[in-house]
Amino acid sequence: MTNNLNALADKTESVDAAAEPARGFAQFDTDAIGPVQKLQRFLHSYPTFVPLIVLAVSLIGFGLFAGSKFFTPYNMSLIVQQVSIIGILAVAQSLVILTAGIDLSVAAIMVLSSVVAGNLAVKLGWPPIPSLLTSFLVGTGIGLMNGFLVTRVKLPPFIATLGTWNVFYALNLYLSGAQSIRGSEIDQTAPILKIFGESLSVFGTKISYGSLLFVAVFLVLWYALTRTAWGRHIYAVGDDKEAAELAGIRTDRVLISVYAVAGFICALAGWSAIGRVGAVSPTSFFEGNLQSITAVVIGGISLFGGRGSILGPLVGALIVGVFQSGLRIAGVDVLWQLFAIGWLIILAVAVDQWIRKVSA
Amino acid sequence: MNTEVTPVLSARGLMKRYGRVVAIDNGEFDLMPGEILAVIGDNGAGKSSLIKALSGAIRPDSGEIRLDGVPISFSSPIEARKAGIETVYQTLALSPALSISDNMFLGREIYSPNLFGKLFHQLDRQAMNDIARAKLAELGLLTIQNIQQPVETLSGGQRQGVAVARAAAFGSKVIIMDEPTAALGVKESRKVLDLILKVRARGVPIVLISHNMPHVFEVADRIHIHRLGRRAAVISPKDYSMSDAVAIMTGAMAAPIAA
Repeated sequence: MTNNLNALADKTESVDAAAEPARGFAQFDTDAIGPVQKLQRFLHSYPTFVPLIVLAVSLIGFGLFAGSKFFTPYNMSLIVQQVSIIGILAVAQSLVILTAGIDLSVAAIMVLSSVVAGNLAVKLGWPPIPSLLTSFLVGTGIGLMNGFLVTRVKLPPFIATLGTWNVFYALNLYLSGAQSIRGSEIDQTAPILKIFGESLSVFGTKISYGSLLFVAVFLVLWYALTRTAWGRHIYAVGDDKEAAELAGIRTDRVLISVYAVAGFICALAGWSAIGRVGAVSPTSFFEGNLQSITAVVIGGISLFGGRGSILGPLVGALIVGVFQSGLRIAGVDVLWQLFAIGWLIILAVAVDQWIRKVSA
Repeated sequence: MNTEVTPVLSARGLMKRYGRVVAIDNGEFDLMPGEILAVIGDNGAGKSSLIKALSGAIRPDSGEIRLDGVPISFSSPIEARKAGIETVYQTLALSPALSISDNMFLGREIYSPNLFGKLFHQLDRQAMNDIARAKLAELGLLTIQNIQQPVETLSGGQRQGVAVARAAAFGSKVIIMDEPTAALGVKESRKVLDLILKVRARGVPIVLISHNMPHVFEVADRIHIHRLGRRAAVISPKDYSMSDAVAIMTGAMAAPIAA
C-alpha cells in the first residue's frame, strides 16, 4: 500500500497540472441561495445542531420555569446519572442505525448480560472478573448472532432483532427466575459488579462512575466513527450499501462487526445498570429499546442510515433527561413528559427528512 | 491484429451461461496499450457480461483472461482492482454523504503511520486529502474547492469527475468506464470526454462502454462491436461511419474480417 502511494505521489509530481488552467469543470455553483436553503445546507453538514439548540432551550426554559432547584450541580449530575444507561444503549443503537438497521434487542442483551454476571458471581460463586468477562461474551455473542441473521440469513434488521429481543428476554427471565439479586448479596460476594453506582466527589458534586462510563463510551465511539477506517465504512454501508460494496468494502463484515460491538456495549450497559439500580434486576429497563431509539432519533441520526454524528444521541439522551427532570421538578404530571418526548421524536424525524432533500 | 504488441487486457474463448441463456459465447477481447477501446452493442448483446467478467464481477464458466500476457482469474472486483483494473460504474459507486477525499479512498484508506494507525486503522486524513487534491488537479478538476465537501453537494458531472479521478488515481493498468456520459447533459458530457482523453494522455488504456455513438466516435481509437454474446468486429472509427457501426451491431451489415 505505501509503495503504491509513493508511486502515486511521484506520478502526481511528474504531471504538470499547472500548465493547463482548469476550465471551469466542476466549478462550484456560486448562485445565490436563499436563507432557508442555507439553513438546510448548514443542518445537512451539522445534523447535531438542532438537538443542541433544543437542549440549550430546554435547559434555559426549565431553569426559568422549574425554579431554582433545577439548575443545581446536584440536579445536573443526577440527570446525567439517570440518562447514563439509556445513553450507553443509545450509542449501541446509533452504530446499528447508522448502517440503516435497527436493533430492538439492545435492552434484552443488556439485562441478560447483567443477569449472567450476577448469577455467576453471586449464585455460583465465580470470581467477579470471569463473571463479567462471560457477560461480555454473552452480549457480544448475541450481537454476532444479530449480525449473522442480518447478513447471512438476510433477515431485515427489524425482524432479526425483534426475534432475538424476545428469545433473550425470555432466557433472561428463565435464568433469573424473574427474581432480582439484591444489592446486599452483591456487596458480600462481588462488590465490583456495583462499581458504576459509586461516585467520586468533584468540588462537592457527586459524579457517579456510571456517568463517567457513559461519557467514556461516547468518546471512544466518537473516535472510532470519525477517525478510523471502520467508522468511514459504517457510514458508507449505511449511506449506500451497493456503492460501498463496489468500492471494495466488505459490507457484510462491517455489518457483523457493528452488531457485535453493539452487543458488547450493551453488556457494558448491563454492568453499569447493576450499579445504577443497586441490584441485578431482570425486569428493569423493559422500555430501553425504544428509549434508546428515541435518544438516537432526537439526536439527529437518520433512521435511513449513513447520516448523523455520534454526539447526537448524547445530546438526545440528555434532552430526554432534562425534560423528565424539569417537568418533575415543576410538578407536572408524568404523562406530559411522554407527550413532549413524542412531539420531539416527530419533529426530529421531520427535520431529518427535510435535511435529506439537500442531496436531491 | 498486430501480433507484436501484447494486449494489456485480453480474453479468449470466454463462456458464461445463465441457465439456458448464453451471455458470453466464445468471447474475445483485446485492449492495446494506451488506447481508448469503445465497446458497443445492442441491449442484451452481452457486453455487460463481458465487462463484468473482465472487471471480476462475474466468473466466466470457461476461457482465459490475460493481463499483460499473464493469465489471471478474479473472484471479486476487489481482486481485479488489486491487479490494477479499476472500474467506473454507471452508478459511480460513491457514498453521497462522505467527502470527496473519503470517497476517493473508500476501501483503501491510508492509515496513520503511528501506533493508532496500526492498532485502530486511524486515518491519515492529511495524506488522503493531499493525494486526493493532487489527483483532482492532475485532471483539471481542482476547481472543486473543498476536498472535505460531501459528494452529494456536487453536480452529476462533478461526481463523475470524482469517480474517474478515483479510478485514475489507482488504476495502474486498465480503467473501465461504464456509460460515463449516460446521465449527463451536453456540457457535462463534453467535460467528461475531455477527462477521458486526459486519462489516456497519462498512458492508461481505457475501455469505454457507451451507447452514445457520437461520443464513441469522437474519443475511441478502436471500436469493439459486440453482437449475440461475441465480438462481431473491431473497427477503426476512421474507416467506418456511425451507421456502419450500427449496421454491424444489429446484423444488417456483415462484419469485416479484420480491423
